[in-house]
Amino acid sequence: MKAPQRYFDFEKDISGCGVFGVINRKKKLIPGSMPIAAMCTMHDRGNGLGGGFAAYGIYPHHAEKYAFHIMADDQAGLDAAETILKDHFKIHESQPIPTRKVLAVKNPPVVWRYFVTAGGFRRPRWREMSEEDYVVAVVMFINKHTGAFVFSSGKNMGAFKGVGFPEDIADFFRLDEYNAYIWTGHNRFPTNTPGWWGGAHPFTILDWSIVHNGEISSYGINMRYLCEHDYECTLMTDTEVVAYLLDMLVRKHGLTRREASWVFAPPFWDEIDRMSEAQKRAFTALRMVYGSALLNGPFAILVADSTSLMGLNDRIKLRPLVVAEAGDMVFMASEESSIREVRRDLDRVFAPKAGEPVIVEVEA
Amino acid sequence: MKKMTIDADGLYYRELNQRIREAVASGTRDFELKNVRGQRYIAGALDGKLTFLIHGTPGQDLGSFMRGPSLRVEGNAQDGVGNTMDDGAIRINGMAGDVIGYAMRGGSVYVKGDVGYRVGIHMKAYKDKFPVIVAGGKAGDFLGEYMAGGAIILLGMFSDKPEAPIAGRTLGAGMHGGAVYIRGGIDARQLGPGLHAEPADETDMKLIKMHAQAFANEFTLDAATILSQPFVRVKPFSHRPYGNMYVPT
Repeated sequence: MKAPQRYFDFEKDISGCGVFGVINRKKKLIPGSMPIAAMCTMHDRGNGLGGGFAAYGIYPHHAEKYAFHIMADDQAGLDAAETILKDHFKIHESQPIPTRKVLAVKNPPVVWRYFVTAGGFRRPRWREMSEEDYVVAVVMFINKHTGAFVFSSGKNMGAFKGVGFPEDIADFFRLDEYNAYIWTGHNRFPTNTPGWWGGAHPFTILDWSIVHNGEISSYGINMRYLCEHDYECTLMTDTEVVAYLLDMLVRKHGLTRREASWVFAPPFWDEIDRMSEAQKRAFTALRMVYGSALLNGPFAILVADSTSLMGLNDRIKLRPLVVAEAGDMVFMASEESSIREVRRDLDRVFAPKAGEPVIVEVEA
Repeated sequence: MKKMTIDADGLYYRELNQRIREAVASGTRDFELKNVRGQRYIAGALDGKLTFLIHGTPGQDLGSFMRGPSLRVEGNAQDGVGNTMDDGAIRINGMAGDVIGYAMRGGSVYVKGDVGYRVGIHMKAYKDKFPVIVAGGKAGDFLGEYMAGGAIILLGMFSDKPEAPIAGRTLGAGMHGGAVYIRGGIDARQLGPGLHAEPADETDMKLIKMHAQAFANEFTLDAATILSQPFVRVKPFSHRPYGNMYVPT
């Protein structure tokens, strides 16, 4: 970057994204005010070009239906998406996502939600697919072929995101009115890709949601690899690949979350060299088979699905991540202060080792 | 000697720091900050003999660029503590995050517990300027990376991570000055390329004893226990280890 004229007056915007997540192991519901307050503490980690939240357990009356959150620039875009939904699913209920007019949120898109089931029927071209694959295919189809974007497609969960600071987006989507047993939040400081509504975090597919601080330098490789497996990246932001990779590795290929994190952040070759023969073979195989799913570049990610919250750093820890426990609650955040803001008495606070996931599951 | 107490609950960092700077300008020397949660740059670039007692979790770059103040944190600190600090003392009665003492050029930082990654990266010393970091717990990867001067003393005693090695990978990678002292010893494979650990000599022990005593006083610990184990030293492997790296002679 060229030094600006009068560089001594130049105010550099020093930021990095901020993430926050909380899970109640006993599935007790946490009011939206908690993640909102936590994200407010990390206000200066973003610059107002992206904020968002994911919440689990918010649609108990439609728990068995896929909750599609769709955004479009205009009614025509939404209509196009709705036509596709009607064609492929049974729509049980549809409604605008409740919003407030917020001064800080300018020109919001049309946002709508649909509760759908795949039922017994299939469009012929996707007849052979499992139900989940079918849902993924429809999401990809809408994102690719219409002016609308599906920003959430899981059961009993939802993502809410847009251009603004997280507290503004929370205000816009009235998140103070929701209660969830897992929340994640994100404050965006876009670096390489545009700050637009579809590019805000979380990124989701089915029940998966992901928020990310950092940048996925391997985006090109990951994106082409996913393309071979029928996942199409359309949201112009690197983090999108992580959501689809997780769906592929864990749901389709049957890896555990721990194994998936070894794919994302594998041990170094010199560490593999010191392992036992059996381990050496396993880790070498993992790196060879899933080399194109390795995430290069700095990241601290929080991954949620209906049963768990996982935090993971890149293997040389180029982004901060702190984990704290208090009774049945586990918190993960870029800064400890955001956790202290919402919970003063913590049983334990620690920074996880680079490349080692912290996986917290709800009790069955 | 005027004293000022500020309740930082809900106070934006700019307002907090502005109030502190105004108070310093009008002669206040001692500060007690309560309910600090995430406010950045506390005591940043302040000059002179000031004291700060901080309750809570101060935000990024605590004490950055400062020259002289003494800070004590009752709680954990986040990333970038003592960034490029010139002189003064930072005492953290808890753990601290990544890049502690980044490019630090004087003064000292004591952390009672664990510290994160890249601690002491780019530390430097010149004439009477000699920065020191003491970490009572364990450290992450890249401790003392690109270090050019000063000392890091790692105790590994007050850690939350019993299973972890005392320091992570690539300790001292690219270092060309200063020294890292490690209580008890360290596995050779944790060290950066070309480095090895050797027993600390008498001069080293003088420095270590002085800081062990001060560390023990600060956190009400027993200096003799800290010194009950031998220390090893990691130093650059030559006078100019990277002199030939880019322009071979």
